[in-house]
Amino acid sequence: MKNTIEERKATVASLLKVYPEKTAKKRARHIIVKETPSCESGDEACKSSCPIKSNVKSIPGVMTARGCAYAGSKGVVWGPVRDCVHLSHGPVGCGYYSWSTRRNLAQGKPGVDNFVPFQFTSDFQERDIVYGGAQKLEQIGREIRQLFPEAKGITIQSECPIGLIGDDIEASARTMTEELKVPVIPVRCEGFRGVSQSLGHHIANDTVRDYVLGKGELAESTPYDVAVIGDYNIGGDAWASVKILEEMGLRVIALWSGDGEIETMKVTHKSKLNLIHCYRSMNYIARHMEEAYGIPWMEYNFFGPTKIEASIRAIAARFDDSIRKKGEAVIEKYRASMDSVIEKYRPRLEGKKVMLYVGGLRPRHIIGAYEDLGMEVIGTGYEFGHADDYQRTMNHVKDGTVIYDDVTQYEMDELVKYLKPDLVGSGIKEKYVFQKMGIPFRQMHSWDYSGPYHGYDGFPIFARDMDMAVNSPTWKLVKAPWEKA
Amino acid sequence: MPLRVGTAIAEGTLLLVKSRTSVRDHSCEEVMDMRQIAIYGKGGIGKSTTTQNLVAGLAEAGRKVMIVGCDPKADSTRLMLHAKAQTTVMDLARERGSVEDLELEEVMMTGFRGVRCVESGGPEPGVGCAGRGVITAINFLEENGAYTDDLDFVFYDVLGDVVCGGFAMPMREKKAQEIYIVTSGEMMAMYAANNICKGIVKYAISGGIRLGGLICNSRKVDREYDLISNLAERLGTQLIHFVPRDNVVQRAELKRMTVIEYESGATQADEYRELARKISENKNHVIPTPLTMDELEELLITYGFLEAEEVAA
Repeated sequence: MKNTIEERKATVASLLKVYPEKTAKKRARHIIVKETPSCESGDEACKSSCPIKSNVKSIPGVMTARGCAYAGSKGVVWGPVRDCVHLSHGPVGCGYYSWSTRRNLAQGKPGVDNFVPFQFTSDFQERDIVYGGAQKLEQIGREIRQLFPEAKGITIQSECPIGLIGDDIEASARTMTEELKVPVIPVRCEGFRGVSQSLGHHIANDTVRDYVLGKGELAESTPYDVAVIGDYNIGGDAWASVKILEEMGLRVIALWSGDGEIETMKVTHKSKLNLIHCYRSMNYIARHMEEAYGIPWMEYNFFGPTKIEASIRAIAARFDDSIRKKGEAVIEKYRASMDSVIEKYRPRLEGKKVMLYVGGLRPRHIIGAYEDLGMEVIGTGYEFGHADDYQRTMNHVKDGTVIYDDVTQYEMDELVKYLKPDLVGSGIKEKYVFQKMGIPFRQMHSWDYSGPYHGYDGFPIFARDMDMAVNSPTWKLVKAPWEKA
Repeated sequence: MPLRVGTAIAEGTLLLVKSRTSVRDHSCEEVMDMRQIAIYGKGGIGKSTTTQNLVAGLAEAGRKVMIVGCDPKADSTRLMLHAKAQTTVMDLARERGSVEDLELEEVMMTGFRGVRCVESGGPEPGVGCAGRGVITAINFLEENGAYTDDLDFVFYDVLGDVVCGGFAMPMREKKAQEIYIVTSGEMMAMYAANNICKGIVKYAISGGIRLGGLICNSRKVDREYDLISNLAERLGTQLIHFVPRDNVVQRAELKRMTVIEYESGATQADEYRELARKISENKNHVIPTPLTMDELEELLITYGFLEAEEVAA
């Protein structure tokens, strides 16, 4: 192992050599090889000495996979809330190219109580820039109200020009709320703010806090009321998660925000325990509810049976014996089917090496699911993680794992060439690059049009998909004819 | 030797824009391309009044001139047209939907002695982006052939301080090559003039704009002539003309006319004719050397301005 660590460190050092000195120095702090002792989650002394630099501006001149604040708010936090209209406020491009790209599934009738499939834009023109967009915004509000009277609210997702020309969307939102009799929520998520989509999550969380939370009343309370925070229902993930929680005897009073509704978000302050899946994008609101309403929160992980079982027990431990018993019953109920999934796929995947590069929680949360299949994650990293994400990651990875923050296209290519994984899991921008290199690939943002991957429903699909990618006979056929010899 | 401006054969004007300020022929048959001139200065200093009066002087001398008002207040052509609020480019674009829906004739009016007048227009204070309005309007004029070969001069009358990129638009490449700054002996006007010079330096390096001089629009400040002459010298330029204060300007303005039109025989009319002549003959085009704040204050002390203030107080 010692050799592996040293060898990998040397590789990281050598791949940085192509950079100008200043860039190399900066990037060196973003790529590490895991080595014990390292920080443990929550260890304050260790926090300050977290060995990896993160959440800083990307280096110019290299490709970054990061998004912007607008992507963080419209694309991640607000977009999946299905009973509201989310208006992309500004020129048409930001709205159009963020339309249905994240696969947040939602129930309901499109146009009635589900607006997720729609794209609303204020389609800014020169005149709106010059004269300001206030009148147009208010007009759009009226049209939305008229065309979609069932919409429970409107969020204004600011694109860059809104901030540049200084439009007072807060004032417009106040007027519109009064006139339209539905909450109109101004979100200052202009893309130029911050270093990545991460600030957009925070800004969106703050608007939920200021305009939504605590504005409704829950008809009846039970001691088993929980809220699921930070599950975006990619390919149905949230439904698979809720199923487990309900079988445990808990009542999910709100889903944030996959298949979410503003009506239930309003009453989330009545939750007895907030369950956080994506810590990065929604820890802010969980912390706020803890401070303002005294609601405890905990992180859980529903990827793969090992983590699911551990999470069920950890969640159940917060409740009485009845829940604990039901929790054990749930584990028991699914164990056989999970074992059979493992029995089927593990021999085909045992020992296969994986490299991940994703966002939010997945660079650490999915590791357990791969391990259940006998696979080993040898490299992982976050597009927009912060120090607390990396601290949490250290507990999930083995020594020698390469950890990279805001990895550039070049670095990722080089690391893959060197580490030779059997599978790379990342986004659409990376997919074809690695497939052309002859390496199996799965999109781990959108589940590659598959899913769910969460919960007991998700694991068999996850296992099948990984097997399908790694063991596809296609890879034996991709050799170029001139390489035959 | 007086320039025979106006007989220029400016073929393919738009393509030649880069060399517009250059005198192409130094022989007895001196001809010149269209000159594009931007007038800057502190808000309320009298840019629009000065511009229109001097343009009247040029027009009277037979020069073909266009004024492009780059201020959402749209009052850069009032004295030429005897009316305020002509249809501005942006206002009409707003009404129609986009600037592509406009025809040049709809926004270009002809005023005193054939002077062509265009106003960029824009939002009321505090909303939107007036700077973008200037950019859009000037692009529209270029694309729709407003800069015709027969023009001798184009004047851009630009809003107060250069607060953002939009108001620097007339300074950019292929636009104005010469800038005149209207100032007075008042501290803030000089401060603004100095700031504008900083902007000119930036665009002088990237584009080729030059400072033609300072125009002093007198406020009857003590030793104003000396003060502004010295400021001009320190900035590496000249005080091109000292326009004295005269109430006839205000009377003419009330009648929505330039002094030259309102009272052609007034001495003030001759002052503007003189300014027009000097500008049309000016060859002193420089990259200015802006002062530091300390140097500027020093200058005011040297000319007794600050002391006088203290005595008065």
